[in-house]
Amino acid sequence: MSAESPSIGDRLVHKEFPPITRHRLALYCGASGDHNPIHVDIDFAKQAGFPDVFSHGMLVMAYLGQALTDAVAPSRIRSFSTRFAAITQLGAKLTCEGTVTELFEDKGERRARLALTTKDQTGEIKLAGEAIIAL
Amino acid sequence: MVDQSAVGRAFTTVTARVEPGRLRFFLDTIGETNPLYRDDKAAQAAGYGAAAVPPTYLFCLEMMDATEPFEFLRALDIDLARVLHGEQRFDYHAPVAVGDTVTFKPHVTSVTEKKGGAMTLVVVETEVTNQHGVHVADLSRTVVVRNARPS
Repeated sequence: MSAESPSIGDRLVHKEFPPITRHRLALYCGASGDHNPIHVDIDFAKQAGFPDVFSHGMLVMAYLGQALTDAVAPSRIRSFSTRFAAITQLGAKLTCEGTVTELFEDKGERRARLALTTKDQTGEIKLAGEAIIAL
Repeated sequence: MVDQSAVGRAFTTVTARVEPGRLRFFLDTIGETNPLYRDDKAAQAAGYGAAAVPPTYLFCLEMMDATEPFEFLRALDIDLARVLHGEQRFDYHAPVAVGDTVTFKPHVTSVTEKKGGAMTLVVVETEVTNQHGVHVADLSRTVVVRNARPS
């Protein structure tokens, strides 16, 4: 099994991340330019109807991207997409995985489709996505 | 409430430079240690012009250098507190590296009501070009607006 000549069903991507903390959300707020207070200001979050602040979806997608590019060079990624299936709460310990679901040719290039997921420690799917990579 | 009249609306073009210090802050925040993103020499040895940017970083660059990061919400009269990120897509056409200057051109491509009007999905697509006019990426962001229940 390798990222260069994978087979359908190969799990190319697997990485675990430390629990989401308030500190991490504050750092991500600054580092990403996404200053939406719902992720860092508990008063704002409660007024919006949530019990507490929660993670930026894009922080979780950044983790998924990190897991992806541990296995596949960024220049080989043709597309990367996800649905944000559930809110990622404080304390969530995330595991990102990616499995080959299709091998095909497009634009004269051998490519693979990866099904990507990010789950928390209870197994709940937070992100359900996919990437197309050049082989 | 946002409706079909929003489709086609374009928002202010944003130009952003990929600065190594800001990129390092992002990498440190997500615990990313891959030398392709941190070290020009390592990136060049792997065939990049300079340190590369991670897969989601274009989304951040647009927000960081926008004069008004949530312009599309204000323009469409959507309350920030009622918005969730529903989906995000990146299509990559050419590499983006430290030192590049990229330009973002966002516009609304669809507005869809769901659950009998309880929520509205708004899709904003953004074309990204670099300083040479090369079309480097397309971004597609779906926001979910949680509409107030009719009283």
